[in-house]
Amino acid sequence: MSSIEVNNLNVWFDDKQALKGVNMTIPEKGITAIIGPSGCGKSTFIRSINRMNDIIPSCRVQGQILVDGKDLYGPGVDVTQVRKNIGMVFQRPNPFPKSIYENIAYAPRIHGTRDKKKLGEIVERCLRRAALWDEVKDRLDKSAYDLSGGQQQRLCIARALSIDPEIVLFDEPCSALDPIATAKIEDLLEELKDDYTVVIVTHNMQQAARVADRTAFFYLGELIEFGDTSQLFERPENELTENYITGRMG
Amino acid sequence: MKLINRTGAFGRAAARVGFKGFDGAPHLILFIITLISASVLVAVAAFLIFGSLQAFNVIGPVELLFGESWRPTSFFNQAFGMLPLMVGTFLVSFLASIIAIPIGLGCTIYLAEIAHPRIRAFLKPAIELLAGIPSVVYGLFAMLILQGWVAQVFGLQHGYVALNGGIILAVMMIPIMVSLAEDAISAVPRELREASYALGATRWETMRSVVLPAAMSGILAAIILSIMRAVGETMAVLMAFNQTPILTLDPFSGVQTMTATIAIEMGEAAVGGLHYSALFAVGVVLFVITLLMNTIANRIMSRYAEAYR
Ligand SMILES: Nc1ncnc2c1ncn2[C@@H]1O[C@H](COP(=O)(O)OP(=O)(O)OP(=O)(O)O)[C@@H](O)[C@H]1O
Ligand SMILES: [Mg+2]
Repeated sequence: MSSIEVNNLNVWFDDKQALKGVNMTIPEKGITAIIGPSGCGKSTFIRSINRMNDIIPSCRVQGQILVDGKDLYGPGVDVTQVRKNIGMVFQRPNPFPKSIYENIAYAPRIHGTRDKKKLGEIVERCLRRAALWDEVKDRLDKSAYDLSGGQQQRLCIARALSIDPEIVLFDEPCSALDPIATAKIEDLLEELKDDYTVVIVTHNMQQAARVADRTAFFYLGELIEFGDTSQLFERPENELTENYITGRMG
Repeated sequence: MKLINRTGAFGRAAARVGFKGFDGAPHLILFIITLISASVLVAVAAFLIFGSLQAFNVIGPVELLFGESWRPTSFFNQAFGMLPLMVGTFLVSFLASIIAIPIGLGCTIYLAEIAHPRIRAFLKPAIELLAGIPSVVYGLFAMLILQGWVAQVFGLQHGYVALNGGIILAVMMIPIMVSLAEDAISAVPRELREASYALGATRWETMRSVVLPAAMSGILAAIILSIMRAVGETMAVLMAFNQTPILTLDPFSGVQTMTATIAIEMGEAAVGGLHYSALFAVGVVLFVITLLMNTIANRIMSRYAEAYR
């Protein structure tokens, strides 16, 4: 139900244009990877989808992003409502300085769930979903900072799932993790893609090739090419894409 | 603050000496400098304690610390009970705190989370500048202007009362509190706020449930350090209200603080006499209070430094 249709998206930071006329339809479910050299606008793009760019004062957005046919940037749209339906996982694990339990219960609570039992169920379900439950079930009241980096990132994934989103955005979720923790996250992405529309920014082309169903290549703020992962990596249509994936471009 | 840095640096220098040996001349010089400043602290303590011994011996510690009247110059019933002075300091600092803490925290939250960055870039240094104004200037304002307002608002004959001191001390506390507390709030990583916003939390929810708890120990330390400023302040207090060592909690009465007592009476007390020694004892109590509050603030701050690692 949750395809993302991006129509002529332009984003500026002050006078500097970070995204230029991006048109793209991300179908529902499955994993869509965003690749491209540093500074090409990957983060800016993914942060447009849950309107996180709104918190940057110098940022200006123009264009449409339709989710289920509704424009996220339309008049009268409540930003917090948009974010409530889209989960996000960041580059560095950023759990709250609270207990493991409180990290997950935070969002349901501010969105009105007060019932202890219900909160407990949400916490368990999300932690299971993020493949973390067995590792932490005996110490839910311990600080999230006592977890390893990889566990913290899975906790952040569980936290993103706590709002029951249909879309989950990942901005380079493995760039601060070691290979083993990365593999665990990738396994997890595989698990999630049947139930969520996953969009992941990655610097790592092997990672995109491994996990993504579709891949989009951005360059200098423009969407250069978007297609099935195998097609994009094996038979890229654009020369820029080819240069990038063959390593002839930073 | 200075005390914290000094002891911290001293600890580090000492550790270096003890466990790693010197890394050459710069370390040696730094070590000597820290050693000197640390010994100044010890020397001050020794000086105060030594000077107060006579008073503790002759008057007795219980009477000296908890006696209810301070009449050092009375010929027939001379008394050296410090309680009125401690209560005086407490009353004025308490009044100052209940005014300064809500206003200071309000300003902090405005500055840290609500004000436009450009407004903050102007206001923060302006507030920090206020912290640097000599206390005699605040005292002058309290004496010449604030006093009249206090008298008018509360229908008093004159405004040279504890409340006047409390207000001016609050004015002096706020810049310190705002500056330190704002630092604590700004130190909360942006990633934490973003995590909260991304979950659909509003600005206020993020502030209340993520930012403030994360910054809480820094904010508490800011409050304690600003209270220390009020407790230690002398000049503004002297100028703001009549110094009368009455044992009272009435904000519309004159009282006498510990600092003011030392400042006023040291000049007239005979060197080496009992009064002279009793004033040293007042100094000892002040020193202990300062040390205690500093330690608490230090503890809280280190816990807060740990929170982010
Ligand atoms: N907060 C901001 N203020 C000003 N300019 C910004 C801001 N965020 C991003 N930009 C600019 O927008 C452009 C795109 O940045 P973005 O972070 O989206 O790149 P990216 O593809 O995610 O890069 P990386 O791979 O390094 O994360 C860059 O030129 C960057 O300088
Ligand atoms: Mg990025």
